[in-house]
Amino acid sequence: MHEISLAGGVLELVERCAIQEGFHRVTCVRLEVGKLSGVETDSLRFALQAIAPGTCLEGARIEIDEPAGQAWCETCGMAVAIHERGDPCARCGSWGLQAAGGTGLKVVDLLVDDD
Amino acid sequence: MCMVCGCGDTSSGRGTAEQGADVRVDPTTGDLHYGAGSARVSAPGLSAQRAIRLEADVLGANNRIAAANRMHFAAHRITALNLMSSPGAGKTALLVASIEALRRRARATEIAVIEGDQQTSNDAERIRATGAPAIQVNTGKGCHLDARMVGDAFARLPLHGHPHDHEHAGDHAHEHRHHDLGAVGVETARRLLFIENVGNLVCPALWDLGEAAKVAILSVTEGDDKPLKYPDMFAAARLMLLNKVDLLPYVDFDLARCIEYARRINPAIEVIPVSATRGDGIDAWLDWIEQAALQPRESAAARA
Repeated sequence: MHEISLAGGVLELVERCAIQEGFHRVTCVRLEVGKLSGVETDSLRFALQAIAPGTCLEGARIEIDEPAGQAWCETCGMAVAIHERGDPCARCGSWGLQAAGGTGLKVVDLLVDDD
Repeated sequence: MCMVCGCGDTSSGRGTAEQGADVRVDPTTGDLHYGAGSARVSAPGLSAQRAIRLEADVLGANNRIAAANRMHFAAHRITALNLMSSPGAGKTALLVASIEALRRRARATEIAVIEGDQQTSNDAERIRATGAPAIQVNTGKGCHLDARMVGDAFARLPLHGHPHDHEHAGDHAHEHRHHDLGAVGVETARRLLFIENVGNLVCPALWDLGEAAKVAILSVTEGDDKPLKYPDMFAAARLMLLNKVDLLPYVDFDLARCIEYARRINPAIEVIPVSATRGDGIDAWLDWIEQAALQPRESAAARA
């Protein structure tokens, strides 16, 4: 389950930010997990909750935005929406689309307590 | 520190194995065992070391180390390949067959292997039995290799002992052993680094290690719909090796359908059917490696 490593990556980013910005507690962390990112959002949420105790993420609300998948269709010459990798083009039905959007995994922003 | 690739630089998150509390080094073989701490898992952020830079991409820290690895490999004129498959697809057997076949080729090739597993050094020992140097990286409970593990392991391989392709602009922290290449000479010798990832058809796809290309290995005993079931792996790979084709008469595996499925996920993926035990396709695979060495490019990123 690579989501444990990714949760560790999220925590590391947040803790770096805590040092820079001088806060001790995060009340909300908002992530962006693209539909084609290869990351399971439920597993990532579970992993974040598991490692949060004793860190500045303890008790933080976890919000996860899931941008839709986009892929380039060579036949149509344009980007089309797809639900998952391997889907055919919804316009022309051809296979072999190249993922072009909804592939990212980001920490978007934080709400923090300055106590 | 090396000013071009940053090897030997222990700041900016490019830590070394010696610094990490979660890694144990085997004093005899140099094998690296991650996840040796109380949590039994190696993951950034779980260590006591806190970093200083804010980066929005969750994989940003890994990708920076991977970029440094990539420059380091280029400076040493090494082609690095990241081999990924489910457990039992035949990665190690294929490596052993490849190493032996490379030895029979006219052009001398220097080979080293980084072996990733959760535990045991069985695979590294199989590689060492061929005479090629290997470093075992045990991830503990980790399900994939990351760029830091590969950088740490590479620093312990003899391949790293070669001179860089660039001028050193200052103190260089690591020792270069500049060992003898015999009659071949530095200019013409080929150098290959095989990185055998942890057997797992899911997680390794996301981690850039600094390789020239990701290679997915699928054996015909696993089923021809695996590219559709595990799309991230086949989306990330530049080449799919279909292994164990000697068993095709005994299994229900449609080679053409498997390739079609893989190209639904990744229209550019190249495919070579091979048999590590019988030798089918090994020459084509070695030719492909030569091309990959001539046209190094970053593997199609899983998150492109």
